[in-house]
Amino acid sequence: MTPLALLLTLSSALFTLGLFAVLTRRNAILVLVGIELMLNAANINFIAFWRYGPPDPELAGPVFVLFSIAIAAAEAAVGLAIILMVFRHTRSTDLNKLDSLHG
Amino acid sequence: MAEALTPHLSALLWWVPLLPLMAGGIIAFLPDARGRIASKLAIGALFVSCLLAIGALVCVLVPGTTHVPSALTWFTFGDVALKVGLLLDPLSAGMAAMVTFVALWIFIYSHGYMHDEKRFGRFFGFLSLFCGAMLLLVLSNSLLLLFMAWELVGLASYLLIGFHFEKPSAAAAAQKAFITTRVGDMAFFLGMIWLHGHSGTLLFYDGGNGLLESGALKSLAGVTTFGGLTVSAAASLLLLAGAMGKSGQVPLHTWLPDAMEGPTPVSALIHAATMVAAGVFLVARAHPIFSLGGDTGIALTATAWIGAITALYAALVALAQYDIKRILAYSTVSQLGFMMVALGTGGVAAAMFHLIAHAFFKALLFLSAGSVIHGCHGEQDIRKMGGLRKAMPKTFLAYAVGMMALAGFPFVFSGFWSKEAILHSAEVWPGGKGPFLMAAAAALLTAFYMTRQALLVFFGIPREPGAHHPHESPAVMIAPLCVLAAGAVLLSIIGTPLWPWFEKWLHGERAEFHSGAFGGHGAMGLLLLSVVIVTAGVGLSWMIYRKISGDSGTPDPLSGKLGGFWRFLENAMGFDAFYGKFVIAPLAFFAGGIDALEKLVFVPLMGLAECVLKLCGAITLSTDERVINGGFDGASTGLRQRADSTSRSQTGRPQGYLRAIGPGVALLLALYFWLSQQS
Repeated sequence: MTPLALLLTLSSALFTLGLFAVLTRRNAILVLVGIELMLNAANINFIAFWRYGPPDPELAGPVFVLFSIAIAAAEAAVGLAIILMVFRHTRSTDLNKLDSLHG
Repeated sequence: MAEALTPHLSALLWWVPLLPLMAGGIIAFLPDARGRIASKLAIGALFVSCLLAIGALVCVLVPGTTHVPSALTWFTFGDVALKVGLLLDPLSAGMAAMVTFVALWIFIYSHGYMHDEKRFGRFFGFLSLFCGAMLLLVLSNSLLLLFMAWELVGLASYLLIGFHFEKPSAAAAAQKAFITTRVGDMAFFLGMIWLHGHSGTLLFYDGGNGLLESGALKSLAGVTTFGGLTVSAAASLLLLAGAMGKSGQVPLHTWLPDAMEGPTPVSALIHAATMVAAGVFLVARAHPIFSLGGDTGIALTATAWIGAITALYAALVALAQYDIKRILAYSTVSQLGFMMVALGTGGVAAAMFHLIAHAFFKALLFLSAGSVIHGCHGEQDIRKMGGLRKAMPKTFLAYAVGMMALAGFPFVFSGFWSKEAILHSAEVWPGGKGPFLMAAAAALLTAFYMTRQALLVFFGIPREPGAHHPHESPAVMIAPLCVLAAGAVLLSIIGTPLWPWFEKWLHGERAEFHSGAFGGHGAMGLLLLSVVIVTAGVGLSWMIYRKISGDSGTPDPLSGKLGGFWRFLENAMGFDAFYGKFVIAPLAFFAGGIDALEKLVFVPLMGLAECVLKLCGAITLSTDERVINGGFDGASTGLRQRADSTSRSQTGRPQGYLRAIGPGVALLLALYFWLSQQS
């Protein structure tokens, strides 16, 4: 296997792991963790394609990743704040109990 | 000043009737508790319109001032344009000034007289309406507008006569007045339509095209209708019937004595300034049409004879009445008869002079009678009064002036000169001496019964001393008496044969002072005759009633001598009984028949119709309930159940949605790739 194929396999595994966590975890914090995993899988793809693709002196791949990390940090902050407020309201972070929008 | 005012006059003139009418309209919306404002509003409005009316009078004072007509189109109906407008000429200006002036003092008097009345404000609203309608009537330049105002006057009199409507007799009197005058109004209406049909206009003066101008008059006199009457004569007779209803001429007079049920200021207003003057005014206004058949034409002859009969009849009946107001009422009927005699014999100026003079002294008499009634705590029977001269000296003086003016006491009272003018006009009439003789007899009786009333009320000793303590009335009631008394005396200046200013003015000429007036045509003899008549009447009455007994139960000295005739007079010659038997009884029978018809036929028919309608309603109701409501209910229930089951898929859990989205996206991607490989 080429190094690129190895890295893509790694990122796919990481993304699948994150998606699995988002779909199955009941705890909102763990869902948030899953989302972070998925984001970082995408970051690995950016770096891998930059490193093994055609030469790029403008460093587009690392710049994208830097932006992505900054956005992930902000998203985590907002997400955690929302979870905190929900917890204060309902005394729970179980997503199955937050179903007041059901039909 | 007169010249400066004239251009604005037609606009200003509208305000004369409008102000009282508007005051009446505003008062109608005031609650009863605000009555004090109502009286001030009514008096204020009338005061302004009195000033305007006097201003208008000043404008036409210059002899030779012609008519100032105004006309505006009310509505157009096909080719016929109905016009209304106001007219300012000596006749209307004199009447308007008199009406506003006399009514103003009656208003002020009412402010004191009606003090304890709980519907005080409403009373002034009606009074304002009454006055405004009368002003519209006298100022109208169109027979149509005059008729409308005429009906308004009738309505207002109905409301005022029935003011104490909780008393059955007042309610009945109001209805009687309304219905009796309605008989005359019907004739008036027919006459008006007839005139319009022949002349195409109802305006009195319209720059040569008016009803009272030569063109229309010629066409009216030229057409003959059934029985050889000209249209003008026939229409005049119909108008006369209207005037008879309004002015209480025999045989349509019966409502006028009953109208005494109204409060006393209303009686004064009806008898002096407004209601009954309308009929005389109508004949005076339409006099050019009446006189088309010549001095002895049928219309004028009928007017003269009806007037003479009324004058004599009412004077006779007044002899045998005991109610202080009823005597005055019959005297009004009698005086209106005098005016009709004057109109019928060509003395329009005499009639109008008597009308205006009569307005002053009759208002004075009624207001003094009101003061007497007020002072005697509501007592109206003259047999129970007596000796009031000492208790009410001011009222006595005012009453004495009014009484002597009405009786025609020589030389200083207006009533003497106006009555003399009427007798003169009747005497020189070529159509016969009948009206003259009857009027002279009525004048004698007038002096007689007025002296009788004054003696019974004010002289002698109180006949029922324990029953009431008479007291003098407050100043607000005495002041109008003084003004009207002054008017009753001073008016005589403008009507004497020495300086016949009023007569010349009405005809648009300048009056000359001529000292030889008593010389020619036996005028001196007539003057002497008038003096003799009055003196005889007063003297006879004095002899009979001077020593009246102190007991209120004693029969009248005349009743013994006259016997059955006295009772006949006491019942007003049985007119009411006659109408009761021959008009009201058949009508009541007819009404009973209609009632039975309704009960036997219409009520069952209506019941049947009701049943059918109810059945239809029931059928419609059940259709509505079962078919339409049921259908919609079923459909909506089904929809709701379907929606319930579908909405269960919306769990509210985002992870569930994601689980569905994942396979969905995968499926779509697979489809996409598969399709892209196919192509």
